[in-house]
Amino acid sequence: MSELEFAGVSVRYGGFTAVDEVSLTVPEGEVVGLVGESGSGKSTLAQAAVGLVPVSDGRILLDGTDVHRLRPRDRRVQMVFQDPYSSLDPRMSVGESIMEAMPKGAYAGRDARRREVARLLELVNLDPGRAAMPPRRLSGGQRQRIALARALAGRPEVVIADEITSALDVSVQGAVLNLVRDLQRELRLSMLFISHNLAVVRYLSDRIVVLRAGRIVETGPTEQVLADPRHPYTRELLAAAPSRHTELLGDDDSDPENLDY
Amino acid sequence: MRGFGARWPAVVRTPVGVVSAVLLFLLLLLAVFGPVVWGGAADAIDTNALQQGPSGAHPFGTDALGRDILARVLVATRLTLGLALLATLIGVTIGTVLGAAPSVLPRWAGRLVTSAVHVAVAFPGLLLALFFAVIFGVGTTGAVLALGFSMAPNFARLTQTLAASVAGREYVAAARVSGVGRARILFRHVLPNIAEPLVVNATIGAGGALLAFAGLSFLGIGVQAPSFDWGRLLGEGLDRIYLSPASALAPGVAVVVAGLAFNLFGESAAAALGHRARFARRPESAPVPEEAAAGPAGDAVLVVENLHVAFPGQAGWTTPVRGVSFTVHSGELVGVVGESGSGKSLTALAVSRLIEAPGSVTADRLEFTGTPLLSTSERELRALLGTSLSMVFQDPMTSFNPTRRIGGQLAELSRQHQGLSRRAALARAVDRLRAVRITEPERRARQYPHEFSGGMRQRAMIGMGLMGDPRLVIADEPTTALDVTVQRRVLRLLARIRAERSAAILLISHDITVVSQTCERVLVMYAGRVVEELSTVELFGAARHPYTRALLAAVPDMDTDRDAPLAVIPGRPPEPGELSGGCAFAPRCAFATERCRDEDPVLAPVSAGHRVACWHPAAAGGTELETATAGGNE
Amino acid sequence: MTSATGVPSASMTWRGSPWLSFAGRRALRFVISLWVLATAAFLMIHLIPGDPVRAALGLTAPPDLVAARREAMGLNDPLPVQYWHYLRDVVTGNLGNSTLSGLPVSEVIGDRLPATLELALTTFLVVLVVAVPLGALMAVLTRGGRRRGGELAFTSTSVILAAIPEFLLAVGLMGLFAVQLEWFPVAGRDDPGSLVLPVVALAAGPAAVLARIVRTELLSVLDKDFVRTARAKRLPPRLVYLRHALPNALTATLTLGGLLLSALVAGTVLVENVFAWPGLGSTITSSILQKDYPVVQGIVLIYGTGVLLVNLVVDVLLALLDPRSTIREA
Repeated sequence: MSELEFAGVSVRYGGFTAVDEVSLTVPEGEVVGLVGESGSGKSTLAQAAVGLVPVSDGRILLDGTDVHRLRPRDRRVQMVFQDPYSSLDPRMSVGESIMEAMPKGAYAGRDARRREVARLLELVNLDPGRAAMPPRRLSGGQRQRIALARALAGRPEVVIADEITSALDVSVQGAVLNLVRDLQRELRLSMLFISHNLAVVRYLSDRIVVLRAGRIVETGPTEQVLADPRHPYTRELLAAAPSRHTELLGDDDSDPENLDY
Repeated sequence: MRGFGARWPAVVRTPVGVVSAVLLFLLLLLAVFGPVVWGGAADAIDTNALQQGPSGAHPFGTDALGRDILARVLVATRLTLGLALLATLIGVTIGTVLGAAPSVLPRWAGRLVTSAVHVAVAFPGLLLALFFAVIFGVGTTGAVLALGFSMAPNFARLTQTLAASVAGREYVAAARVSGVGRARILFRHVLPNIAEPLVVNATIGAGGALLAFAGLSFLGIGVQAPSFDWGRLLGEGLDRIYLSPASALAPGVAVVVAGLAFNLFGESAAAALGHRARFARRPESAPVPEEAAAGPAGDAVLVVENLHVAFPGQAGWTTPVRGVSFTVHSGELVGVVGESGSGKSLTALAVSRLIEAPGSVTADRLEFTGTPLLSTSERELRALLGTSLSMVFQDPMTSFNPTRRIGGQLAELSRQHQGLSRRAALARAVDRLRAVRITEPERRARQYPHEFSGGMRQRAMIGMGLMGDPRLVIADEPTTALDVTVQRRVLRLLARIRAERSAAILLISHDITVVSQTCERVLVMYAGRVVEELSTVELFGAARHPYTRALLAAVPDMDTDRDAPLAVIPGRPPEPGELSGGCAFAPRCAFATERCRDEDPVLAPVSAGHRVACWHPAAAGGTELETATAGGNE
Repeated sequence: MTSATGVPSASMTWRGSPWLSFAGRRALRFVISLWVLATAAFLMIHLIPGDPVRAALGLTAPPDLVAARREAMGLNDPLPVQYWHYLRDVVTGNLGNSTLSGLPVSEVIGDRLPATLELALTTFLVVLVVAVPLGALMAVLTRGGRRRGGELAFTSTSVILAAIPEFLLAVGLMGLFAVQLEWFPVAGRDDPGSLVLPVVALAAGPAAVLARIVRTELLSVLDKDFVRTARAKRLPPRLVYLRHALPNALTATLTLGGLLLSALVAGTVLVENVFAWPGLGSTITSSILQKDYPVVQGIVLIYGTGVLLVNLVVDVLLALLDPRSTIREA
């Protein structure tokens, strides 16, 4: 298993800096939760790690090797996307989508690949018989399981999950989160779990990284960050996070009077 | 290519589709067999019948050499169609290659191709065709090449636009992350997904090519004698239009019919494949008449009894809101919680009279500050609703008119309903922007919506509601599109308005935690019904409906046990058409019995201020996890 | 949740006035397009297989005449020199001489251009005046699946009209109204009534297309959130439609209106031929058939410039109408 390291990574679009000198490590077999609001650069960081956007400065290392130097067929870093309705090709069956992500030559013959598809579908708690179905016949939660199975088909050592539950109905989010948790533990994956929802990140992560305007403002073990937040922005996020014991409307003077929000 | 063939039969299920498909088929038959059958007649020179008008022997007359015009038109079908299809083939091939090239070429080369296409596409096809006709020379070959080349830029741009939209989809990104190469992405993911619109447009393009070719031949630039196509026959007919109008009529009709056949077939294919909505007729049952107010409602701002909202669909009417009843009192903060499709937003739109035809709204009682909303005319209601009921919608990015300044959009409300002058209304707008804590309100009022951030826009929207004197603010997912820290400030602004103006607030949200943290009373909706109504104080300890309890357990919050799996609600919410007679939640409910599947429970009080629609309500105080099937599957 | 908020407004990152840089970009694009156009017109003659002079004068022309004409047209110079001379001449308004009449091409064009402009602009006005109100009215009347009969009649009429090419309609109109009924002159441009049939023939198709587009656009705007906001403000329907919906439908309409005007320019070529309208269209056709290449070259240049000008005007209007458009470019 592997470790993913961001070393002083910056991503710029024209004059706009989306990610600004971010350094963080996803240790082997651990889940790092990346929390931040829209525009904080968290998705850009994820896309940089899998080569979907170019890095302007700094390096992203997988076990010490720059990920941009990895051979194109190397699929050790995989990603699961936010929207299960657009992340599966509507013209391919579920099984074909999964097969496409398998490393070339890893399975001799079509039968071996079919068996692997069946194994992966069972791994994400789906009936292997669904391999022949087009994605449109599956629900959002099922599609997100397929997306997970496709990521696992590449035999990844690091998985990046970008807002994977935010497009799902609340009543099926829990099942997907449970699955991610079980798979991570079973396969000892290193994982970068990205969400705007602090409660979801808290549930899954060993460590938490708080990103704001492209910069890391706080990082540490989950319990510590939540129990003793140092940065005012982390405190603000905590105060706004869903909790049954706090009142959102209560008087709270930590609210900075930055009115042009 | 799965599912590709499955949708095409839908094209010929429409009357226009059938007619155009049959026409195309007949044209094809004519093209194949026409020259065989009438070839002799078309070339037979008859010096005894030069330039004749219509007669029994020659229905459309004869030409300058006495040849039968009808026969010539029928025979010309082959050449006309063949040339049009050939030109289309050339245009579509070049266009698709040019359009797809940028996705596999190096970036700079791709840009070059894109901008070349961009320039070329600005020039109308016929001008390009004339240009190429000069280069390739006057004649059939020149005209085919010229038309093909002139079709290419448009097709290239279409391919580019379609390919770009597909390339932006996440499945392409996912394929790239999986190590799939650019060529394979183009052939495996991009082209198959744009094939349908390309084929549709090629069909319409073939119709266009046929007409354009006729135009070129008509000008004398296309087919040259002794060959003839419809365009050439038409040109010859025009020369004799005084002698025999019918000789221009026959080729003219042929061109129009063939052009229409291609166009209509393309249009009906586009419509059928694009899933254009088709509505069924309204149901015969008359709307339930609104009853007279049954007694005083106290300080109720909004009274809703047995509200139904129905829409016509492909398979008859669906009813996404099925008998919702509730009351909102002055100064109350009431939350409505439900998943997507639960009918919560439609309920909000229905009570504010914003459902438009063909949607239909019925209720036993629907009153706003004592005024019945369904039996009063819209004109009479305008001033009342405009000043006393304000709405805040989900997406502040799209809820303002992008082409008008913010200040003006607020001010027009007061100009309309309060008779203020332009200046006074604008001053009031600035004042209200200040009231929702927008800094520099004078400057901001002169700005356009895109110059505001999301949170500011949502506050401006709330400020718009304050232009009048609101008794009720209906906020439909007002913070879903906003960041959590901004969300809290917007919710507090709403709470402040309630405190300062004793306006009631109806907060609609999919997020049960937000509602529990904000409101005094909650309505939980499922599949178009209110399944439970209770105070937020009771929500965590005393919720009785299995759905409410499962929802609370399934959503992680900051207090969730990190070492235990989350509770799971099996299955998914039903679509409006999938409902049977029983309780809508029964298929997902661990406690469902025979009775639940057969009989729909009604909302009934269980204690003061607490109503629940369930045959087997959980005992108050039971733990949440008992009610949900943990670790289950979908 | 992503991308909804927090991205800094692009206007803040602009250096200098957005309008200035917008004008600069557009002017540059226009000049580059003109250059591409002129180059294409130059290449047109050189891409003709064989000797254009020989092609123009015919195989029987005496060799010394061909040589003299080649010399006069500068065809014996090296290609880059010819290209340079051509560009220089075009900029100074010298488009060469007609090989048939020997008249300067600029004079031929000056003679014929007003007739074409009259036809094209009148047609465009008619198209706008008919199509925009008609399309808007149909949208309001048929929204939400109301009046399905009316919608069907409108859609089928417009599809049929749009599928009839202008030259065919021209021939039909001429046969009926000029030849049979003798209401209007058959050809020429001498009588004020002579404009009617060409304009109707040219306008029918584009008007049908534009009316459909206006209707579709307006229907999609009527579904937008901000129209719901306007209705939630309880504005009278008149204001909802005229103030909030229609202006937002016009931006897309305008883009297509520009394309239609460009297409109209092409349509004039055919219709001018039917009605013997003394404009550029009938001239370019006869010049192509008679291989009078300098005239063809000049008219292609003029048509192209016209099309580019239309696009420029549409872009500027779009920027004026839509406050976001200058920023969208970024």
